[in-house]
Amino acid sequence: MLAAVLSLGLIGMIAAVALGLAAKKFAVEVDPRELAALEVLPGANCGACGFPGCAGYAKALVAGTVDLNLCPPGGADVVTTLARILGVEASAAAREIAVVVCQGDNRRAQSRYRYVGLEDCTAAQRIAGGPKTCPGGCLGLGSCQRICPFDAIEMTADGLAVISREKCTGCRKCIAVCPRNVIRMTPYDATVHVLCNSHDKGAVVRKYCQVGCIGCHICQKTVPDAYQIDNFLASVVYEHSADADEAIAKCPTKCIRDFTAGYPEGSSLVPAVPGKPRAA
Amino acid sequence: MCAAHNRLADMKRKTFAGGIHPPDNKQWSAHLAIEDCPLPAELIVPLAQHIGAPSVPCVEVGQQVLKGQVVGSAKGFVSVPVHAPTSGEVLAVEKRPHPWGMALPAVVIRPDGEDRWSPELQPADPGELSPEQIVEKVRQAGVVGMGGAAFPAHVKMSPPPEKPIKTLIFNGVECEPYLTADHRMMLEEPERILQGVALLQYVLGVERVVIGIEANKPDAIALISEMCAGTPVEVISLEVKYPQGAEKQLINAVTGREVPSGGLPMDIGVAVHNVSTAAAVADAVVHGRPLIERVCTVTGPAIREPKNLRIRIGTLLSHLVDVCGGLAEEPGKIILGGPMMGFAQLGFDVPATRGTSGLLLLRHEDVDPQPEGPCIRCARCVQACPMNLLPTTIAAYARRSLSAEAAEYRAMDCIECGSCSYVCPSSIPLVQVIRFGKAAILAKKRKE
Amino acid sequence: MNEVSQQLYLSSSPHIHSGETTAKVMRAVLYSLVPACAVAVYFFGLSALLVLLLAILGCLGTEAVCQRLMGQPVTIADGSAAITGVLLALNLPPTSPWWLTLLGAVIAIVIGKQVYGGLGSNPFNPALVARVVLLISFPVQMTTWSAPAPLGSGLDLVTTATPLGAWKNAVMLTGQAPVELQGGTAQYFLGNMAGCIGEVSALALLIGAAYLFYRRILTWHIPAAFVGSVVVLSGLFWLINPAKYPSPIFHLVTGGLVLGAFYMATDMVTTPVSPRGMLLFGVGCGLLTVLIRLFGGYPEGVSFAILLMNAATPLIDRYLRPRTFGVQAGKG
Repeated sequence: MLAAVLSLGLIGMIAAVALGLAAKKFAVEVDPRELAALEVLPGANCGACGFPGCAGYAKALVAGTVDLNLCPPGGADVVTTLARILGVEASAAAREIAVVVCQGDNRRAQSRYRYVGLEDCTAAQRIAGGPKTCPGGCLGLGSCQRICPFDAIEMTADGLAVISREKCTGCRKCIAVCPRNVIRMTPYDATVHVLCNSHDKGAVVRKYCQVGCIGCHICQKTVPDAYQIDNFLASVVYEHSADADEAIAKCPTKCIRDFTAGYPEGSSLVPAVPGKPRAA
Repeated sequence: MCAAHNRLADMKRKTFAGGIHPPDNKQWSAHLAIEDCPLPAELIVPLAQHIGAPSVPCVEVGQQVLKGQVVGSAKGFVSVPVHAPTSGEVLAVEKRPHPWGMALPAVVIRPDGEDRWSPELQPADPGELSPEQIVEKVRQAGVVGMGGAAFPAHVKMSPPPEKPIKTLIFNGVECEPYLTADHRMMLEEPERILQGVALLQYVLGVERVVIGIEANKPDAIALISEMCAGTPVEVISLEVKYPQGAEKQLINAVTGREVPSGGLPMDIGVAVHNVSTAAAVADAVVHGRPLIERVCTVTGPAIREPKNLRIRIGTLLSHLVDVCGGLAEEPGKIILGGPMMGFAQLGFDVPATRGTSGLLLLRHEDVDPQPEGPCIRCARCVQACPMNLLPTTIAAYARRSLSAEAAEYRAMDCIECGSCSYVCPSSIPLVQVIRFGKAAILAKKRKE
Repeated sequence: MNEVSQQLYLSSSPHIHSGETTAKVMRAVLYSLVPACAVAVYFFGLSALLVLLLAILGCLGTEAVCQRLMGQPVTIADGSAAITGVLLALNLPPTSPWWLTLLGAVIAIVIGKQVYGGLGSNPFNPALVARVVLLISFPVQMTTWSAPAPLGSGLDLVTTATPLGAWKNAVMLTGQAPVELQGGTAQYFLGNMAGCIGEVSALALLIGAAYLFYRRILTWHIPAAFVGSVVVLSGLFWLINPAKYPSPIFHLVTGGLVLGAFYMATDMVTTPVSPRGMLLFGVGCGLLTVLIRLFGGYPEGVSFAILLMNAATPLIDRYLRPRTFGVQAGKG
């Protein structure tokens, strides 16, 4: 009994000393500011800053080789805190979030064929350009939803990606993965968007989508500053979008939507509240 | 008894490891002689029909062209010119739907019905031509591999001097189910094929020439063997197994050697040409005629009268369907090429190209897709893979965008033959996922 | 006539499929187990039938409940849970109390399968996980064997030892193998011995396995390597000391070797995918089985051997890959 206690104790002590020595000998010097910066960063390793992960960005921050406002997920708070840690002045870039500019789910937009195969938008796009007849429409196979590090994207039952204004941090991963370029960065404060991505002529759009922009110019006639039409597709001029909501009721295909009044039909997301601070 | 005997004979036949035995479904058209397809009202001749740089249009709208006249000139070494399939007027030079799934530049020709050959195309005596002159004639005639990949033939006929070709193999396997175009060519036009064989043999200066034919075409094997008796050309009967006609598998079956990973057949001194390509080479050299027509099998349960048709390049699929008596019922899938490696089409408004070996129309019941299930690691894909890969493992990595791991499991060696997807009891689209992974690996490599 | 509706299918090649489905594969395995179940019911009567039914229903029920709770589609129709149920029953003594069987079913599905993510994701054979958990937790119930009482013989089930158990006891007590055990191999082969429900008739199991070979669901690699290595290693010991170690034939027909080699060790999900990997897996199972039988604390080692090799499967798959076509051996 005694022998067992003694020998175990001895082994334990030797191991403890060895571990302690090893920890001292192989310790890696880390700038405390780097650790502090890493602490502040969101830790999602989303890569929006251009580094593989938060640790890489923290290291570069301390080295002083990069700007402080490269972390969209972190937002203004992180920039301020980082500035304090590093002892420099910095201002946050205006917050931007991603918006899927399409409402053409499987119910409202036509498909050219029935796609069978890998559940991935890029893979489907390679089969004759994707099943959606509209060349810019959301394919609805959820590649953006799967890649989003913040769980901000919802796929509706009818196959449309919808991005939560509150959860989106603006990391742009969804934009990189979308083969149809149907996701856009927009100012966070703007809640009115033209949800269409088709440059086809109105008559063509009407054939394949009930909620596509037909380039009729009505929105621009209603609020001239707030809308521009490029190649049969309207878009909001976000710098002058204060009165953009006045055109919503007049849009014949209902492709302009104010997110404070609700997300596209079929989404379960709760309507956005303008200017509401981001959920912690 | 007979079946057992055949099985035994099959076992002795040359082949490769792995592979599958899908029903060959060649009975629809194997017995039907090649028919000339009537000229359509309009020919859409795509400028991109081959692997390599697309041709550049060299005719103008409204211009009269003659049969065999160049309408798109080659751009670069791995490129070939495109020719007018008949005489007529150029209606347009614009983007038109292409079998690759997008709109691509094409020359639209309205035939004048006279089918007049361009006077510039003159026959030649091959005996007086040097190998270089022959290769140049083949290039000018726009000859590409006619088995489906459409790789320019003149490139394969000009190996670098440090890689001499010792064995020349002609691919008469036609292992894709349903297709019978090469089979009919071997039965009906063996002279053209053998003329091409002799020309290629002369150009490459090879010691050994082999024509490989799958054992399910005994009539073709008998005929070609008889015609080759007394010549150095060897005819080999190969086991009926898919993908026996894949280049690497065919070389392995015939020579016992393996094309090194990432390499080309010429690395082990082998060149492979399709039998129909050989015939096109003969036309190009002996008659000076460019590749403007080919034999295409129109078949499948959704077509009324399956046929082997000699078609002009640029004929719309809708015309082929009309010539074959129309649709027997609404198709579930339209496939250009064979069912294992062909391309599904959006409709009949695309033209046949030089690589179009078949038009296959399946019914809805033939394509009834099963929902994908989880991999149960049954290893059937491993047994089926002719490249000896682990398809399920590669696919699992590719699906998760782990391209380094997918590359480590040799995703790039996949020949996309479809054997793994065919056998998968969980209906996992293995080939598509692996293809997806290969694209990711290539994109990553390009970045670096 | 050439109008094409939007109901056209498009997909990546290939455009045809063998028609084989997971459900068909699972159904074939279930059919192949019918002879073994029939023999078990013949020898052990209604109690065996009860265990079989309870195990199957228990597994199906547990799987349905698990999938419902996790918000997944319920896939009990694919037959994989039913197979786990049958295999679990075949690995239980015929006199198992009802609660033991049901507990085993729950363990097999929950701990053996669903916690890992369900079909295709489990590292260990679910039925064997359950058997081993039960064996360790309830050694008395799990090692109460009864002599067979064929239907119509009028005999009651009488408690007795399995041949392997009897041999182990005798060797532990006397250091010598009992002579009478060696004589009964033919009877053992037919199933006339004490043991788990499915262990008893090697003949019935082999008939089922032959069907699976015919359907190409089984490949020869694992069973051959497993049985072969058992024969070689046990034969070696037998040649050294036939008085103490039983003959290879005794090893083959007693205990769960045939059940293990043809059904448990060939579970697709938990075994290697490459032919060489399968061979190594089989050899590992065989060696471990003989070592546990001859020198371990338990008379039977098949279950432990297979579970240990299941654990090694990811490693085997990683290091024993097939040589890719066109790649020189040794160059990866």
